[in-house]
Amino acid sequence: MRYLPLTDAEREEMKQVIGIADVRDLFTCIPSGQCRPPLGKLPKALSEPELTAAFRAFGRRNSFSGYLSFLGAGAYAHFIPEVVSYLSAKGEFLTPYTPYQPEVSQGSLQAIFEYQTLMTMLTGLDVANASLYDGATAAAEAVLLATRRSGRRRVLLAGSLHPEYAAVIRTYVQNLPIELVTVAVDEASGRVDAADLGAKLDDATAAVLFQSPNFLGVVEDGPALAAAAHERKAFAVQVVAEAMSLAFLAAPGDAGVDMAVGEAQSFGLTLGFGGPYLGFMAVREEFMRQLPGRLVGQTRDLDGKRGYVLTLSTREQHIKREKATSNICSNEAWCALRAGMYLAVMGRTGLTRAARACHLNAAYFARAATGTKRIRVVYERNFFNEVLVAVKKGSASELAAALRKKGILAGVPLAWFDAGQKDRLLIAFSEVHDRAAIDRLLAAIGV
Amino acid sequence: MNTLPKLIFELSREGKIGVGLNEADVPDEPAVDPALRRRDIPDFPQVSEVEVVRHYMALAKLNYSVDAGFYPLGSCTMKYNPKINEKFAAAEELQAHPYAPHDLVQGNLEIMARLEEWLMELTGLAGFTLAPAAGAHGEFTAMLMVRKHLQEKGDPRKVVLIPDSAHGTNPASAHFAGYDVKEIASSAQGTIGLAELRPHLTPDVAALMMTNPNTLGIFESDIMAVADALHANGSLLYMDGANLNALLGAVRPGDLGVDVMHINLHKTFATPHGGGGPGSGPVGVAERLLPYLPVPRVRRRGEGFDVVYDDPRSIGRVKNFYGQFLVIVRALAYLMALGRENVGRVAEDAVLNANYLRKRLEGLLDLPYQGPSLHEVVFSDSGLPVKTLDIAKRLLDYGIHPFTIYFPLIVHGAMMIEPTESESKETLDEFIAVMETVLREAREDPELLRQAPTRTPVRRLDETLAARKPVLRWRKGESL
Amino acid sequence: MAKENLLYSKDHEWVRREGDAVVIGVTDYAQHELGDIVFVDLPAVGKELKKGDPAANIESVKAVSDVYSPVSGKVTEANASLGGSPELVNQDPLGEGWIFKMSVEQAAELDELMDLQKYEEYLKGIAGE
Repeated sequence: MRYLPLTDAEREEMKQVIGIADVRDLFTCIPSGQCRPPLGKLPKALSEPELTAAFRAFGRRNSFSGYLSFLGAGAYAHFIPEVVSYLSAKGEFLTPYTPYQPEVSQGSLQAIFEYQTLMTMLTGLDVANASLYDGATAAAEAVLLATRRSGRRRVLLAGSLHPEYAAVIRTYVQNLPIELVTVAVDEASGRVDAADLGAKLDDATAAVLFQSPNFLGVVEDGPALAAAAHERKAFAVQVVAEAMSLAFLAAPGDAGVDMAVGEAQSFGLTLGFGGPYLGFMAVREEFMRQLPGRLVGQTRDLDGKRGYVLTLSTREQHIKREKATSNICSNEAWCALRAGMYLAVMGRTGLTRAARACHLNAAYFARAATGTKRIRVVYERNFFNEVLVAVKKGSASELAAALRKKGILAGVPLAWFDAGQKDRLLIAFSEVHDRAAIDRLLAAIGV
Repeated sequence: MNTLPKLIFELSREGKIGVGLNEADVPDEPAVDPALRRRDIPDFPQVSEVEVVRHYMALAKLNYSVDAGFYPLGSCTMKYNPKINEKFAAAEELQAHPYAPHDLVQGNLEIMARLEEWLMELTGLAGFTLAPAAGAHGEFTAMLMVRKHLQEKGDPRKVVLIPDSAHGTNPASAHFAGYDVKEIASSAQGTIGLAELRPHLTPDVAALMMTNPNTLGIFESDIMAVADALHANGSLLYMDGANLNALLGAVRPGDLGVDVMHINLHKTFATPHGGGGPGSGPVGVAERLLPYLPVPRVRRRGEGFDVVYDDPRSIGRVKNFYGQFLVIVRALAYLMALGRENVGRVAEDAVLNANYLRKRLEGLLDLPYQGPSLHEVVFSDSGLPVKTLDIAKRLLDYGIHPFTIYFPLIVHGAMMIEPTESESKETLDEFIAVMETVLREAREDPELLRQAPTRTPVRRLDETLAARKPVLRWRKGESL
Repeated sequence: MAKENLLYSKDHEWVRREGDAVVIGVTDYAQHELGDIVFVDLPAVGKELKKGDPAANIESVKAVSDVYSPVSGKVTEANASLGGSPELVNQDPLGEGWIFKMSVEQAAELDELMDLQKYEEYLKGIAGE
C-alpha cells in the first residue's frame, strides 16, 4: 500500500527486535472475541487513477456549476487570486501541527500574527484571536465571553441575526445558566427595533448581540445599539457574517462595539459546501485575557531577535481544563493563514475596490428592481451586498424555482428559516458579477 | 540569510497593487449613507504580487512539517497527508454553495453519507454526525447528547468522570455541557479499571470520558467491565477517539460497550493539520443516542440523498452549514485508497513502529508505565541530567520535530512518542541514532542541550516576555 | 519585610497584620514553584471572602494558581503595581509583591495560621514527600 512504507522484510526484522512472532501479539491487550471485525461494508482499495475517477464521478453527480448564482446568506463567492491557492497549498503551511515548537514554526506564527493584525485593522478593535471554527460558533463564544466577564446571565439577540447563528448559540448555552432573549426587528427599517431593545435591556443584561449587515441585508445603526447597551453597562457585540463588508462599512470598533465576531470565509476561502470556513473574534483590550482560542504574540529569542510564540495560554483548556475560557483546541489556522495571504495580495486598494464593487452591484440591482411589477425591493438603501426582495404574487420559492429553469440560482428564500416569510428572497451580489449577469437576473425575473 | 522576514506591513509602500481585478461596470452610485461607510483602512498593506509570493515563501522556509520530515508528536498522529486528496479538496466541481438546492449537490451529499456509513462500519456504532469542526467540538457535541438523553430519562445528572491522564479538552467540554468534572486517578499501571471507577460511581454520574488507547498509549483492557458498571449505574461511556489510529481494523469501539465517541479526521484519517486546523471531529453514537444527533443530517432517499434540518429531539445545530466538508472529502479519499484490505495494516504498522521505538529506547530512558504500548510510548526524564525540554530543543538542531512534551500530566517530564505508520524503518533508525547522540551529549555536556537549539531560524524564545507584555498585533512605529 | 513577623497558610500565603486589617501575599516557596509570574488577577475591592475562598489568580507562562483567602473578611485594597509589573511577586514576594489587603471578621481565624517555625517545618514535610 502506497502510504505504508514498511516492507515485509523490515516488519520481520522489527518483530524480531521486539521479540514477537506475529504483529497481532501486540494487540493481545484487546479483549479477545472483539478482535478483527469483518468490515465488509468498507470499499475495496483503489489505485490512484481509480480514486481520481471516483472523485470525478462525485463531481459529475453535482450539477450546480452551470448556474449563475446569487446565493449568499453567510457564504459568499468572491474572486480568489491564484497566489492564495498557490502559496497556501505548500506543504510547509499545510502539514505542520499547531506551532508548539516555535523555533521551527516561525512561518506559521508570523503569518497568524499578521492575520491577527489585519483583523484588528478591519474591525477597528484592539486584539483579534488566531481563529475560531466559523461565524456561528464565534458568535456563541462571544455570548459565553460576555456572560463570563460581566457576571450577568441575560443576552439579547437581534431578531435579524442569521438563523443558523442563533440556532448554534441556543445549542451552546442549552445547559448553562444563560437566558437568551430575542429583540424584534422593525419591519419598516429592517433594523433592530429600538423600542423593543429598550424594553428588554436591563441591568442583568450581559450583552446585546446584533448582526450588521444583518440577515435581511441591512446595515444596522451600530453606534446607537452600542450606546444603548453601554447605558445599561452591557456589552455590544457585532456579528459580521460577510467579512468583505468590513472593507466598505464603518469599522465595528469605530461604532463603539466591544467585540466583533463573525465569518471570514470571504477572505480567500472557497465555498467548499460550507466548510472549513473561518470564525474570527476581535475585542477591545480589556477582554484580552478572556478570549477563547489561541493567540500569537511577539517576543525575542535568546539573541534578541524578533520572533513569535503562542501566548497567554493559561486561558486555554490544556492548562485551565474545566476553568478554561473555551474548550477549543484545533482551530482554523490554515484558513486564517489563507485569509492573511488573501488580504496581503488584495491589499488596501484591491480589497476596498472589491468591497465597493460588491455594493455597487447590489445597488445597481436594487435601483433597477425598485418600482417594478413582479418584485418589491424591501429595503432600498443601506444594505451592503445583499438585497431582500418580496415577491408580489406567489412565493419566493416559486420564483427561485422558475429562475432555476433559466439557469439562475436567484437567492435564498427566507421561508427556509421562517415559514412565515414566504414571499422573501435574499439575493447576494459580489465582485464576481458584472452588469451583464445582473441584467440577466433582472430580465429573468421579468422586472 | 540571518534575519527573519519582515512583516507584511513593513513591506508595504503607498501605491503598490498585488491583484488585477475587473473594473466595476455598473454606475458608481452607492446606496449607503456616508456615515455608515468607512473612509480608509489605515496602515493596511500595499504590496505587489511578487513581493507577497516571496514573503510567504520566506515564511514557509521557517516551518517544519510532515512533508519535511519525522514528526513523532504523541497523541497528534502526524501521519503523511496524501497529495491527491488536496486535488479533490480543491476541485471546482465540489465547491458548491451550502444553500445550493439538494438535487444539484447529490455528489457532495453522497460523499458525506458514504463517510458516515464507513465510519459506522469501522467503529461499530449506529450513527454519525460529521458536523463538529474539531475534536473538542465533537466532545462538546457528544456531551450535549449524553445530557439530552439523560434529561429525557428524567435526570441529566451532575458529574462527568475524567481520568487524570486525559486531554484538557475533556473537562472543558464537559463543563460547557453543564457538568461538574471529577478527576479520577489512574491505577499504577496508568489505566482505569473497576477499582478506579467504583469509588466514584455515584448516582450523580452522567458519564465517564475515557481515551482509549489512553494518552500513555495503553489500551484500557477493562473497558468492557467499565462499560457494564457504568450502564448498570445508568451512566454512559464516552470514548475520546483521538487515538483511534491504533484500533483501525483491530477492534470496534461499539463492540466494547462505548455509547458515544468522537474521532479526529485530521489525525486518524490523514487530513492535514494546517498548522493547527481545520480539523473535523465526527461523533458516533450507539442506537439509544441516535435521536439526539445534531442537525442537519444527510439521509439516503431512494437512489439519492437529502437533508433533515429539523428534529425536535436533536440537540440542535452545532455549526454553520454542514461541517468541515473539504476535510471530509480528504478523509473519504484516504479511506477509499486504503480500502478494507489495508485499514487494519494502518494500525498494525503504527503499533509495530511504536513498539520498535519503545524496545530500542527503553534502555536509554525511564519508562514509568510498563504496560503494553499500542501506537505511542511515553518516557520520562527521570534520572537524566537535563530536562525533557532540553532534549526536545536539541532534537530541533538535528532536524527532527520533537515528541509531545510534558503530557500526559501524570508522567514527570513526559516524552510522548507517536511515530505513526507513515514512517519507514530507516527513519525510525535515524531517530534512534539521534536520540542516542542527544542522550550522550546530555551526559557529557548538558549545557549544550540547555542552550539548544542553535541551528534553527530563531533560538529559544522568551515566552515570559510575551505573556507579561503581550504584543498581539503590529502597530505602526512600534516594531521591535 | 522580615519573614519572622508573618503568619502562614498551608496554601503558601503569608499574612501580615496591619492594624485591624491584614496584608496578604504568597511565600518565596510559592513564587519559586510557580516560576516566572506573568499576570496576577487581583480581587475587586469590596469583595467579601470567606476563609478558603479563591481570592486571586497568579499565572506563570504555563500554570495558574489560586491565592486563597486565609481569613474571612472584605477586600480593602489590591496591589495595583502588579498590573504592570507582575514580576514583583518573584522579585520581592514578602514586600513589593504583596497581593491584597482585607479586613478581618474573626481574629480567631488568624490563630489557625502557622508561624515561621511551623511553616518551615511544614515545608520540610512537603520536601520529604
